[in-house]
Amino acid sequence: MDHFVYADHAATTRIRPEVLEAMMPFLTEHYGNPSSMYEMSDVTEMAILDARRTVAELIGAKPNEIIFTSCGSESDNMALWGILRKKKGHLITTKIEHHAVLHTAEALEKEGYAVTYLDVDKDGLVAPEALEAAIRPDTTLISIMTANNEIGTVEPIRELAAVAKKHKITFHTDAVQAVGHIPIDVNELGVDMLSASGHKFGAPKGIGFLYVRGGVLPLPLIYGGGQERGKRAGTENIAFIVGLAKALELAVAEMEETNRKLTRMRDRLIDGILRDIPYCRLNGSRDKRLPGNVNVSIEFIEGEALLLKLDMAGICASSGSACTTGSLDPSHVLLAIGLTHEVAHGSLRITLGGDNTDEDVDYILEKLPGIVKYLRDMSPVWEDALKNGQAKEYELCTAIK
Amino acid sequence: MYSDKVKDHFEHPRNVGEIPDADGVGLVGNQKCGDIMKMYLKIENDVIVDVKFKTYGCGAAIATSSMATEMVKGKTVQEALQITNKAVMEALDGLPPVKVHCSVLAEEAIKAALEDYYKKQGKEPDFKATGCSHCCRKDEA
Repeated sequence: MDHFVYADHAATTRIRPEVLEAMMPFLTEHYGNPSSMYEMSDVTEMAILDARRTVAELIGAKPNEIIFTSCGSESDNMALWGILRKKKGHLITTKIEHHAVLHTAEALEKEGYAVTYLDVDKDGLVAPEALEAAIRPDTTLISIMTANNEIGTVEPIRELAAVAKKHKITFHTDAVQAVGHIPIDVNELGVDMLSASGHKFGAPKGIGFLYVRGGVLPLPLIYGGGQERGKRAGTENIAFIVGLAKALELAVAEMEETNRKLTRMRDRLIDGILRDIPYCRLNGSRDKRLPGNVNVSIEFIEGEALLLKLDMAGICASSGSACTTGSLDPSHVLLAIGLTHEVAHGSLRITLGGDNTDEDVDYILEKLPGIVKYLRDMSPVWEDALKNGQAKEYELCTAIK
Repeated sequence: MYSDKVKDHFEHPRNVGEIPDADGVGLVGNQKCGDIMKMYLKIENDVIVDVKFKTYGCGAAIATSSMATEMVKGKTVQEALQITNKAVMEALDGLPPVKVHCSVLAEEAIKAALEDYYKKQGKEPDFKATGCSHCCRKDEA
């Protein structure tokens, strides 16, 4: 293949070489159990202490407020189950959460907990007023994501957390798409708990953390030894913890420069797609948006077929069509922002990362319109739209083949 | 996820297009569910002499449409009616479980086109295409 573009960074990222290098000693010579008494374990114990301090500093927390977990989903589960099982009550979340929160909330409902799912506006934004209106006397926890994984919308977390604080309700945010990508300071945001996942910012899969503000005491999900201050048992995954800290350090240090580049490339992609492909719309907020996220709906075609054609052209992307969600329905996020099933089926998510280049953007803009035209030409829906005047035949502009 | 045959039929779909003076046209599926197949048949002396399709849908939907058109070409109407979704799937070396409904849609598209052919001939068909009852919830179809 002459050109390969990985543009699915919201799904996962490559382990950075510096991260792997930092991890290697803990996968080879330093294997002592950090809980053991002998000297060889001092190295691993210190490594975890250092990593915890690094991660805490990078998000404005204290070291003892960081609980390392196996992934973002575990962090979300721990936050929701941990708080609600301790103090039974009502949960408020939103209709656009990641399944790690949404399916946990549904499981809680089955256990008898009351849950309110807040609506969002057409850009995917949650209104602080709507949150305040949903609060009940028994509301125990509010969980609202920092940035949406599909449409990239960045929520007004500070304002939302302020509402929770005013009513003395614990506030959790799933920041899996935000940590390492946009500036995060738990005190500035005013959140009580925050979930993160390492593989979204250059650490390996299988490591995450949950920030828990001092004084907030969720029950553990995993009982056993006294690791993570008794909050999460299990011998520490030392190498991965070290890797996560290293990856976050790099991501935060490079964030400003990376985001300048990503924002420029993202806007070029959005503008180019909307210019070159008729019957196409941008999903999510134009300005309150993750720097690397592009999500468009392309009418009269179906997303999975589009992904397969892109893959054949060497482009890795993602979609929210039913065929890619593994169910009959397209993405719950796209439906929540008001798209019809038909328009949601034709969605395409392109998420850029630091490795992407302007040449990658050019290549996507060169290939995509032709692929869309090809699929439309074999689509009976397009044929109908042309016949009933809903759409007009178009020529691809000469700049693109 | 897909077999080489499915990939081949998706990448190089056979018989894409329309037949303006088709003797039978079948349209099955539902855009809300994410797949629609339209099949055109040209029939002479009870034999399917030409076939074209257009499909809106996922890779499996396009590949099963393509395979179904290959399977009906040259067949008599009665032979074409015997083609099952299972036969289409087997010809493609299988489909992932979530995509089985796409092969059902292909079988239904053939039936719907033949139903249309019977009606155009003034004959009452002794079979009925059920459309996409297998993949869609009825209340939404």
